[in-house]
Amino acid sequence: MTTPTAVALEDAKVAFRLGDGRVYTAVEKAHLAVAQGEFVAIVGPTGCGKSTLLNVAAGLLKPAAGSVRIFDRQLTGLNQDAGYLFQADALFPWKTALDNVAIGLEIKGTARAEALPRAQKWLTSVGLGAFASRYPHMLSGGQRKRVALAQVLIRDPKILLMDEPFGPLDAQTRQVMGNLLLDLWNADRKAVLFVTHDLEEAIALADRVVIMSAGPSSRIIGDWRVSLPRPRDIFEVRLDKEFHALHREIWSVLKDEVMKGYVQSTQAVEAV
Amino acid sequence: MSRPTLFALQVLVAVVCIVLWQVLSTIPVFGKILLPPFFFSNPFDVFSQIVKWFASGVIWKHLGITLAESILAFVIGSLGGVLVGFWFARQPLVAAVFDPYVKMVNALPRVVLAPIFALWLGLGIWSKVALGVTLVFFIVFFNVYQGVKEVSRTVLDNGRMLGMSERQLMQHVYWPSALSWMFSSLHTSVGFAVVGAVVGEYLGSAAGLGYLIQQAEGVFDVAGVFAGMFVLSAFVILIDFGVTLVERRLLVWRPMASDGRG
Repeated sequence: MTTPTAVALEDAKVAFRLGDGRVYTAVEKAHLAVAQGEFVAIVGPTGCGKSTLLNVAAGLLKPAAGSVRIFDRQLTGLNQDAGYLFQADALFPWKTALDNVAIGLEIKGTARAEALPRAQKWLTSVGLGAFASRYPHMLSGGQRKRVALAQVLIRDPKILLMDEPFGPLDAQTRQVMGNLLLDLWNADRKAVLFVTHDLEEAIALADRVVIMSAGPSSRIIGDWRVSLPRPRDIFEVRLDKEFHALHREIWSVLKDEVMKGYVQSTQAVEAV
Repeated sequence: MSRPTLFALQVLVAVVCIVLWQVLSTIPVFGKILLPPFFFSNPFDVFSQIVKWFASGVIWKHLGITLAESILAFVIGSLGGVLVGFWFARQPLVAAVFDPYVKMVNALPRVVLAPIFALWLGLGIWSKVALGVTLVFFIVFFNVYQGVKEVSRTVLDNGRMLGMSERQLMQHVYWPSALSWMFSSLHTSVGFAVVGAVVGEYLGSAAGLGYLIQQAEGVFDVAGVFAGMFVLSAFVILIDFGVTLVERRLLVWRPMASDGRG
């Protein structure tokens, strides 16, 4: 028996209409499959449309062509099987940490009396048990990400979509959060699609690393399997020989795209 | 600066002003009284007028009426502002159609409406309430409209991805955001409710602080006018203090709830 495919993008194309009527193609013919229980990281230079691709998988954006299949069903509307971790702060600022986590259950109709203790349990498992009554603005950036993680995971989604979730954090906090994510993921191995611009982070976390070319009309140009043993420790795995070999191999491809992306972004500025 | 020092300095300003006023209005400087009592009265007379009002108890009736008018104006204006603000923000077409008229009415100095309200609603409290409502409504309306429009895209997407229905988005996202904007303009809107009541009373009524000031002015009782002004100021400060307490309770989730957008 083969493992079912959680997310399948089939020749997905994403295009936006610009203000002056021209059409900007962000992503061209993206073909990507994430198996159940698989952790896939998408890496690409700035502005290559990797977040766009994630939004397509979430159902927040409709592809201009091609299709999205979630567990072999055509995706229409929002992807209800997926939990989405945003890059920017997405917590409800008027709710306490506890209420922010509990809301995930309350939406589905779980009684508040039942939702609160479960939310407290999740807060504890992301290391914020003592911060339940804090409002988001009283938490640090890393703590807010922990709450957001608990908010998404309490709903027990089958798929986890993450858009540079640790992007705004400092280097040390990123690694701590990476380890926390791996620990939580190890418990039930959801399908994960993780977008990042940090190749090291991608290799350390994922089973597969997918590379996208510089935009516009970016495509998927590489797909590497990471066979580092699990469970991993992000601090340790970076010292591994295999890690370095893989990093060198992927970087040789990625480097050109990063340079292209850089040149394009500076030219775009000059054209304006 | 420590709180007692600050408070002492604040009191000092009042003391200096009152002493200057008393001295200049009673003691001649180079043979001339700089603040003639007919135009400026003096602090002692004003103070005894205030004491007389409170001792005889007449002031309570006027304070009560002004307070009632302010509260009614605030409640009705806020309710209307919230409902219409929400409606406009969720129905861009309606907002676009009504936009020029909203701007037109808002640009109108509300004082000119007072005679109309007096004609329509009589000289009782309701014409003053109506005037206050026209002031409060627009402040609340614009804030709620803004609050609903400016909900963060990410927070909204997050709500949707968590599986919220339109109704749940309303309850958990739009509504709290709109309310927070409304509460941040609480000082302004409560202040305008009082302004509406007092101006309405001043222009034609049989009771209230505005009436008291207008009556004193009518007989050139300058001490009475000043006394009315001081009672009004104290009244507004008390209400503002109450609003601050309410605000602190309601906006705990916001960083620096004290200085709101108005």
